[in-house]
Amino acid sequence: MEAAQPKELTPQTPWQEFRQSFAQNKGAVIGLVVLIFFLAVGITSPFLAPYNPAQLFDGAYRLPPAFVTGGSTKFLLGTDDVGRDILSRLIHGTALSLGVGLMIVVVSLFSGTILGLLAGYFEKSVDRAIMRLTDIIMALPSTLLAIVVAAILGPGLVNAVWAVSIVAIPNYIRLVRALVMAEKKRAYVMAAQAYGAGHIRIMVGEILPNCMAPIIVQATLGLSEGILNAAALGFLGLGAQPPTPEWGTMLADARPFLESSPWMVTFPGLCILLVVLALNLVGDGLRDALDPRLKK
Amino acid sequence: MLKAVLKKILNLIPTLLGVSVLAFLLIRLVPGDPVMLLLGERGADPQMYAEMKRNMGLDRPMIEQYFSFLGNIFKGDFGHSIVSKRPVLTEFFDRFPATLELGMMAMAFAITLGIPFGIIAAIKRNSFFDFTLMGAGLVGYSMPIFWWGLMLIIVFSVKLGWTPVSGRIDVLYEIDKVTGLLLIDSWMSPDGGFAAFKSALSHLLLPALAMGTIPLAVVARMTRSSMLEVLGEDYIRTARAKGLPFTRVVIVHALRNAMVPIITILGLLFGSIITGAILTEMIFSWPGIGKWIVFSINARDYPVIQGGVVMIASLVILTNTIVDILYLWANPRMRH
Repeated sequence: MEAAQPKELTPQTPWQEFRQSFAQNKGAVIGLVVLIFFLAVGITSPFLAPYNPAQLFDGAYRLPPAFVTGGSTKFLLGTDDVGRDILSRLIHGTALSLGVGLMIVVVSLFSGTILGLLAGYFEKSVDRAIMRLTDIIMALPSTLLAIVVAAILGPGLVNAVWAVSIVAIPNYIRLVRALVMAEKKRAYVMAAQAYGAGHIRIMVGEILPNCMAPIIVQATLGLSEGILNAAALGFLGLGAQPPTPEWGTMLADARPFLESSPWMVTFPGLCILLVVLALNLVGDGLRDALDPRLKK
Repeated sequence: MLKAVLKKILNLIPTLLGVSVLAFLLIRLVPGDPVMLLLGERGADPQMYAEMKRNMGLDRPMIEQYFSFLGNIFKGDFGHSIVSKRPVLTEFFDRFPATLELGMMAMAFAITLGIPFGIIAAIKRNSFFDFTLMGAGLVGYSMPIFWWGLMLIIVFSVKLGWTPVSGRIDVLYEIDKVTGLLLIDSWMSPDGGFAAFKSALSHLLLPALAMGTIPLAVVARMTRSSMLEVLGEDYIRTARAKGLPFTRVVIVHALRNAMVPIITILGLLFGSIITGAILTEMIFSWPGIGKWIVFSINARDYPVIQGGVVMIASLVILTNTIVDILYLWANPRMRH
């Protein structure tokens, strides 16, 4: 690859280097734009949505979108079976889905990083115990485990967050553990040990900051997986409950009207696909930009 | 080699035991009293309550319950379904062929399209075809299959009327169960023949397409990157310089060496078939393991959930171990 000759001899800061590398990846930039769009929609949802997502419009049942014959400009993306505006529900669902995804990432990232740090740093019996647990969780297909946990906790949005988080934890454990094991042999860790730093200080203060790049990439991909799994639980009736305008739940509600009102099914799923796709694009871009080892 | 294989097999034991503990604890973790949940209003009758509790073995100490659960598993007794009263193991094997047939079709679809797509994309690197394919691959990889399945139904079943919406075969046909795989059974059945086979196949196509989409994207991406790596090697240049035809170089020299990572990915995908099956079977009312488990969860049929989790997890663990062993066999370098 041809690198532009820097005009001055001052080296790029890591941040500049990262920005340049990320900007070169067209897919990642498109993904970021889409993501920012959805974030903006989610944050401004109470003001942006034309109607209250739960408002029932009498007589306006299953109206097609405005661009189809029979549609009304009053309801741009049509209405559902009880006369609620689909666009308003999708806009409110954006905040929900992104929020749920973020909560899943926070919970799984936090617990996975701690367990991964412990396993990688102490090795031996601590490592064996944690990895055995990880193996067991990973032996269960992720969707199966998530629905079983959701069924135990009972259906609901908050319980869905817990269920999906538990499923995601092993990914972080394995990643952080491998990173810590590699970093531990570095000279700076030995220096910190010689200096008399305690275990926690070395783990959190020395090793962890050096493992951040792959963890950030994993968190981005984890966000897309979390949103997808939470929507799947909603679709199976184990996540958010109607009338919550969650995308997966909306899909499940719309299913009986698959033949007569396909728009009710089309839009919520399209939103899920777009957000997940954008996150995967950004994740790929981040990986290429943050991890020099993976660069071509 | 033998030592490495033995180690892998020995490693299975604690994991499988762990799975059994997990499955055992599931029922006990449910908030509320499972006996009351099952009996509902009838639980108010103390005699009935006590009887049910004894039947479920919940009146004994926890450790004792676990060991009897484990002992029964070794005897092939996974308990009885509360809903159908039939043994969980029988229920599982009744439905397993349907999931297997669907999974195999989905994988066949992913492999037969994914590998050629990946090869062409690698050969024509940075071409329009490559960009389109990799773009489509990323979309496929991000696809919420519960939505994708519904979209396929809207297009192919509702709008075009090409395929049926749900089930495995037309209700018209009564097919005797021989292998459990309807594509084979319908063909061999006396009142079936080609028409029944066609019906079974048309029912299978859409679910397999939905379920195979993510594996297809993964296989195509993996094949492309693996081929790109191999195509840059010296021996490929040598083969080309020798004047061998391009297709021969690609198929014989490059693909064979690019296969190792592709096979690994295929093995991993095989383990994830159940995950895809749960959602796909729910969308297409496919009478397999996935639908069975979701229905049991909704019906709070705890013995089925417990037994089903153990069976499915064991299946996944075994498949992964077999893949690992095959991998060792194919890669002598990985053996130590």
